[in-house]
Amino acid sequence: MGQIQLNQVTKSFGDVQVIPPLDLTIEDGEFCVFVGPSGCGKSTLLRLIAGLEDVSSGHIAINGKDATMTPPAKRGLAMVFQSYALYPHMTVRKNIAFPMKMAGMSEDEQKRRIDAAATALNLTDYLDRKPGQLSGGQRQRVAIGRSIVREPDAFLFDEPLSNLDAALRVGMRLEISELHERLQTTMIYVTHDQVEAMTMADKIVVLRSGYIEQVGSPLDLYHAPRNKFVAGFIGSPKMNLIEGPEAAKHEAHTIGIRPEHIDVSKTEGTWKGVVGVAEHLGSDTFIHVHDTGLADMITVRIIGDIEAKHGDTVYLTPQLDQMHRFDDKGLRIA
Amino acid sequence: MARSVTTQRKAINTAIAWAIGLLIFFPILWTILTSFKTEGQAIASPPIFLNFDWTLENYAIVQERSNYMRFLWNSVIIAGGSTLLGIVIAVPAAWSMAFVPGKWTKDILLWMLSTKMLPAVGVLYPIYLLFVRMGILDSRVGLVIIMMLINLPIIVWMLYTYFKEIPSEILEAARMDGATLKDEIIHVLTPMAIPGIASTVLLNFILAWNEAFWTLNLTSVNAAPLTAFIASYSSPEGLFYAKLSAASTMAIAPILILGWFSQKQLVSGLTFGAVK
Repeated sequence: MGQIQLNQVTKSFGDVQVIPPLDLTIEDGEFCVFVGPSGCGKSTLLRLIAGLEDVSSGHIAINGKDATMTPPAKRGLAMVFQSYALYPHMTVRKNIAFPMKMAGMSEDEQKRRIDAAATALNLTDYLDRKPGQLSGGQRQRVAIGRSIVREPDAFLFDEPLSNLDAALRVGMRLEISELHERLQTTMIYVTHDQVEAMTMADKIVVLRSGYIEQVGSPLDLYHAPRNKFVAGFIGSPKMNLIEGPEAAKHEAHTIGIRPEHIDVSKTEGTWKGVVGVAEHLGSDTFIHVHDTGLADMITVRIIGDIEAKHGDTVYLTPQLDQMHRFDDKGLRIA
Repeated sequence: MARSVTTQRKAINTAIAWAIGLLIFFPILWTILTSFKTEGQAIASPPIFLNFDWTLENYAIVQERSNYMRFLWNSVIIAGGSTLLGIVIAVPAAWSMAFVPGKWTKDILLWMLSTKMLPAVGVLYPIYLLFVRMGILDSRVGLVIIMMLINLPIIVWMLYTYFKEIPSEILEAARMDGATLKDEIIHVLTPMAIPGIASTVLLNFILAWNEAFWTLNLTSVNAAPLTAFIASYSSPEGLFYAKLSAASTMAIAPILILGWFSQKQLVSGLTFGAVK
């Protein structure tokens, strides 16, 4: 069991309200990702759920029971921090044992769970080392190990991969997803990286300035962003947003078209422009097209053999069925 | 060429450093040398540096005349007791200031430090009277309390500085792991701050050991530590420089030895966080 419910939760630091009244339900077993730009309140929200910060008003219920005033240790949640937050003076074994020791678990049970966690996380050879002797990825696995031995109702991850290099990040992303598949425990995961959000989440909560902009599955958010902010935030590279007469033609204040939904031709098309920078990723190429008269720059994904060099003239044709339309308030037009 | 200039400059710097070091150490060296002279050689003019008849006579007389061990024991109890008591009080205080600072934390810290700027003699009279009323004049308990109070601002400040360096996320992790405040301080914070706490303990032990104003004014016989032992050989008993030096040497020897062996810890403790 691990259902978490936030009911009209607010948080202020002094006179500054960082979380305006907010309602959210995270279902049992769900992988929920809080995503948003820096300072959007996603970490604060996680810390409120953890109990590391007190709510200014509102209620938090865990498994249907009010936990608003419950101290962190009694909430049945485990947290993995961005900096790993391992105890540097303890060995890996003692780090993992610490929450069980605090819970007064028997030595035998502690040993059994440490061995199981170490096997699952490939830490068996490192149990007698101190955190300082481990690599970043290993440290993160110890932090995860420390959180799973308690068998919590839910895991809270606060940007756990942002201190790792790109290759490790992809590996750990998969490991965490696999862990979720195996344990089927509720996980709340905070990140500013929309790729992590898209690849890991069952449910994404997009936050801006403490407000929830949209809640939905990764593909819901991709296909039907509720407003311009979500449209621009979800998807990589960003959706092209075009205002003015071109948008008016489609009866909208702004139209949005993703780089992968624009066809490119050297001879004919709807919009004409000049290639600026071309980024070759191997599997596909992103070109930045200027002088279209629509926006400063239009980003386009091209697959296959079309060669585009700096200074080439190209013609772009948006796929109309994939176009998003927004009104003057930035909200989606159905 | 550049290399030779550097070497030359290095040699000059080393020479200057040694000269300053010797200058600072000279009074102690002179005291130690004098303690091995006869009274006549001690006041000889021009002074004799090394060319004298080395004797242990002064040490024998000092030991005969006063009970060195009793003074030493009082010093150990007063310095050790006040430091220990100070640490027990200062750890939670520094914890709260470092990790749950309030609106007035900075002001409280500054106010605490400001008490160190007050001339001690300014509060001698009220404290003397308090000690008389409480019946703790010339007692080890009284001295432990006053020494602890005098050094508490420094202990809190030092521990506060060390604790500030410990990432709060680690303490939050402990909280998430089910640690109570007591567990957090005992199992996580204190072991992590051991180097800082050790430096604080050392420095405060030394400060309490060397403190003379309060120990001389608030003790007479029972609780008198080594500072009083030295003072008893000064002017009232005449110009016994050699014996005074022997007493001084005996009084400073334990702390000099302690300081020598822990100098690495002391230096790293005092410069903690300075280069980061």
